[in-house]
Amino acid sequence: MNEVQIDWAGLAPMIIVFAAAFGGLLVEATVPRARRLAVQAGLAVAALLAAFTAVVLIHDKSSAAFSIEGTGLGSVVLDGPGLFLQGTIALLSVVAVLLLAERRTTRGGDFVAEAAVVADSAADKAQQREDGATEIFPLTLFAVVGMMMFVVAGDLLTMFVALEMLSLPLYLLCGLAKRRRLISQEAALKYFLLGAFASAFYVYGMAMLYGFAGTVDLAGINQAGIASNQPRLLLYIGVAMIAVAMLFKAAAVPFHMWTPDVYTGAPTPVTALMAACVKVAAFGGLLRVFNVGLESSAWDWRMILMVIAIATMLGGAIFAVTQRNIKRLLAYSSIANAGYLLIGVIALGDAVGSTMFYLAAYGFTVIAAFAVVSLVRDGDEEATHLSRWAGLGKKSPGTAAVFTILMLALAGLPFTSGFTAKFGLFAAALGAGEVGLVVVGVVSSAILAFPYLRVVVLLWLNEPAPDAPTVNLPSPMAGAVVAAGVAATLILGVAPGFLIDIADQASTFLNT
Amino acid sequence: MDDISYAPATGALAWTWALIALPALGAAVLLLAGRRADKWGHWLGTATIGAAFALALTLFASLSGLEDKSGTLDLFTIISVGDLQIDASLLFDPLSAVFCLLITGVGFLIHVYAVGYMAHDEGRRKFFAYFNLFAAAMLVLVLGGNYFMTFIGWEGVGVASYLLIAFWQAKPAAATAGKKAFLANRVADVGFLLAMFTMIGALGSLDFATVFNGAESLSTGTSLAIGLLLLAAACGKSGQWPFQTWLPDAMEGPTPVSALIHAATMVTAGVYLIARSNVIFSLNPDVQTAVVVVGALTLLFGAVVGCAKDDIKRVLAWSTVSQIGYMFLAVGLGGGAFALGIIHLLAHGFFKAGLFLGSGSVMHAMNDQTDIRRFGGLWRVMPWTYATFAAGWLAIIGLFPFSGYFSKDPIIAAAFAREGWQGWVVGGAALLGAALTAFYMTRLFVLTFHGPRRWTEDVHPHESPAIMTGPLVLLGLGSLAAGGLMAGPVTTWLTPVFGEHHEAHGHLSHTQVTIATTVVVVLGAALGWFLFRRGTDEAPRAAAWPVRLARADLGGEAVNRGLFERPSRLVAGASVSIDARGVDGAVNGLSAAIGGGSRRLLALQTGFVRSYALSILSGAVIVVAALMVVVVQ
Repeated sequence: MNEVQIDWAGLAPMIIVFAAAFGGLLVEATVPRARRLAVQAGLAVAALLAAFTAVVLIHDKSSAAFSIEGTGLGSVVLDGPGLFLQGTIALLSVVAVLLLAERRTTRGGDFVAEAAVVADSAADKAQQREDGATEIFPLTLFAVVGMMMFVVAGDLLTMFVALEMLSLPLYLLCGLAKRRRLISQEAALKYFLLGAFASAFYVYGMAMLYGFAGTVDLAGINQAGIASNQPRLLLYIGVAMIAVAMLFKAAAVPFHMWTPDVYTGAPTPVTALMAACVKVAAFGGLLRVFNVGLESSAWDWRMILMVIAIATMLGGAIFAVTQRNIKRLLAYSSIANAGYLLIGVIALGDAVGSTMFYLAAYGFTVIAAFAVVSLVRDGDEEATHLSRWAGLGKKSPGTAAVFTILMLALAGLPFTSGFTAKFGLFAAALGAGEVGLVVVGVVSSAILAFPYLRVVVLLWLNEPAPDAPTVNLPSPMAGAVVAAGVAATLILGVAPGFLIDIADQASTFLNT
Repeated sequence: MDDISYAPATGALAWTWALIALPALGAAVLLLAGRRADKWGHWLGTATIGAAFALALTLFASLSGLEDKSGTLDLFTIISVGDLQIDASLLFDPLSAVFCLLITGVGFLIHVYAVGYMAHDEGRRKFFAYFNLFAAAMLVLVLGGNYFMTFIGWEGVGVASYLLIAFWQAKPAAATAGKKAFLANRVADVGFLLAMFTMIGALGSLDFATVFNGAESLSTGTSLAIGLLLLAAACGKSGQWPFQTWLPDAMEGPTPVSALIHAATMVTAGVYLIARSNVIFSLNPDVQTAVVVVGALTLLFGAVVGCAKDDIKRVLAWSTVSQIGYMFLAVGLGGGAFALGIIHLLAHGFFKAGLFLGSGSVMHAMNDQTDIRRFGGLWRVMPWTYATFAAGWLAIIGLFPFSGYFSKDPIIAAAFAREGWQGWVVGGAALLGAALTAFYMTRLFVLTFHGPRRWTEDVHPHESPAIMTGPLVLLGLGSLAAGGLMAGPVTTWLTPVFGEHHEAHGHLSHTQVTIATTVVVVLGAALGWFLFRRGTDEAPRAAAWPVRLARADLGGEAVNRGLFERPSRLVAGASVSIDARGVDGAVNGLSAAIGGGSRRLLALQTGFVRSYALSILSGAVIVVAALMVVVVQ
């Protein structure tokens, strides 16, 4: 009998979050409405923290989660990068969940219970008056499990399951915004349709690679890249299709078109979740696929990925310059950042550590930025148009100061995590010989700094309009999110050494 | 060459960090205290920079008593990855010492002046906060013990200048000027960053000592690349050709800002960078030639445009461009001329600060007008301003025994000493520049203070208050004497940094150069006096093409427009039109939907997803096709 041995300890982080997600569904059915929010949010935060602790406990593991008589199966691979990114996702999700739980900024929270009610119909108006839905917490946890699985998936099939698992709850979450319902629904539909389109690419690519390698195991595909007799055409089509699907999630040009619309339309806490956690997951997957599965065919795909990286860096930065809406500005900046991260993917082994550090640093900054966005309000709605932010420094100097720090971090100024992250990534890529990409990266971040600093000037030097937006304080949850994000931004800017070390030590993929 | 090493900081030098902390603290308090600090904020800002000046003097004194003439202070480790370790370290050596004195000393006087100048401005507290921030960033720049720290200051100065130039946001010109300054600064940043990456790649370190000691082992190509990248960085920051246009536009900020940017901080950063990296620049004659060419070209460029401008601050701004050109020329010549560049920089710090603050005083008297065609005869009305401005004027044109004579003449002599035909060309350019300087400064001086009064009817000029004239007098004295007092001692003082000074002997002897310079300066000044002693037209007349060209900044603007503005506008326009369908389409669609016309939105909506999907599909097709090309090959 070939019995499969299961490494339960290694799976514990995912199991905890998964169990909590199901627990959350039961809470919906059993706990009285008035206490649901506290229970749900508490459960989610506790589960994510427990998952993080579990990741820390097993941090030096480097083995397959499932094995038969000592031989590892490829489906779930617990190794340095996988666990580092799982930990990052867990921590970032804690912060994002706090933002989801904020009820002070809008009465009853930012969410409605049913996404599919016709916008502005009587039923829709009625549900806008009610307290927000608490199903968002189990939904978020399901998505988080998907992300955590995505970064440790060792074969294409597991990866696909994880991809769908992280995507489906997100599609729904996008449609739940309480204000501007129509845009929110539009965002959800767009994201869903295009996501499904991308998934189709993925499946097709997987089939091609299977045809080429006779396996969906990443390590096996790598072997086949050296030894297979099948026509290489299969490999190329497969690589291209898989890359398209993953670059879609990562928001690289020209697969980025959904990003600004979805970021704008989705409820801001969900946008924060997407910009931080989904980005980590997507790049975790990209790193693994290209480092483990396609390393042997690196010369074939390098060129095209470089072109995409350059297009993404420049495209994101240039589009960002003309934005007048803060959420769209952050969306385009997220696209440009995807370009920088792609440099890390192309540089392969040497840059894995600094790419992971970048993901963690960027995640905290961007969540805090969206949290501030959710605090600045025109009555019931978020004041997302930049002109409304003019002179915020006069009325709410604290908020403006915090947002200034975040903008400077995104612009990559020294003593913020943005600088150390970019510096580390570019230095590593240069070490790997990617001179051209680094030059484009530096130029692109020079362009991108411009819109950020324009926001800073707007905050401090302009006169506020008489009906300027109010900053909703105190909002304990969102306040905690902002505090955590800014603290991480500054700590990783001034003394990033410890995390860089951890990321470097965790940068070796298990390659069997 | 001997190994370069820096001794650890001992005694008073262990307090070097406080030089930066003082103004930084001032900025933090002013920004955080909010409106409560409106009453006393400006005094706090001035006090912190004054205290920093006192501290700088103390450190200067204790440094001169030291054997090693340097003190490094490692505060903490910023990045430590593998072999690369970057510390937050400070270096106080003769070069940073003179810069600290200039920044805090002249900076202090400008702060005092600004108390009076900004008295009626609502944003005075904020202004002083940015001012302090500016000084702190500049001090980080010159005190940094490695390129990384210098870069931190470099970025800080960029941000602070952006905030200060754009301080009067309501003026569209100020906003544009801020943007332009920002763009030039970004160019400078990119150059600096790439230079740093190259150093890390080639030498594995950013420490001054390690980089300088390892520089000799670099391949020619690498040292050339580092040198040119640093030069690009310096040109952007210091407003040198081809990035000269932002500097005159930076006049849109309050006048004390112009004084600070032009005299004590910011533009001197480029000269500092080259002087600090003198080892790298000395290694490679090609890079040196590049610096010399940039310097010579810019000094002529600035002087020619300065002759054609009618705005008092713009003339001074172009004269800064030109004078910094002299400094670049000096540091490009290398060897003993490094020290000459620094001396000119210090002397320039005094007289340019005095001239700018003087022009601010004139503007104050003339309802913020800046057109020298509408001044004239002011010497009777504002004697203090007149006297101090005269001191600055004498200093900049460089007549014996005033400042410029001792700082500029040696540079001209050193230029003539360059070998071969280059010496004649560069020296000739420097000499011509001196003549032009004498001409346009005399024109400015005469049109402002002498000749008939051409005032507009609503002005009632008056002398500025004592808080403004006081700093003017001190700066005036400094302008007259600084060059003479500093020339000898500073050269000796800087020997530990630049090595022994050897008198260069070239095409012309020092005496010949001195005579030639004095002759052309007197001729230029006399011509200026003769042409403008009776005033000038109250509006510019149609002129021949050389004047028109100079008025148009020698085509610099047009080049800018063609090379940068138009393409970026095209791109921006394209991005707007693409984006309009995305955002605004949806937003307008929403309002239409609320108004009952939801059909339009629906139509737009399906259109979007289809076009987005098309984009993904075409991307996929391109990816596959590109990989196919690989197959075929």
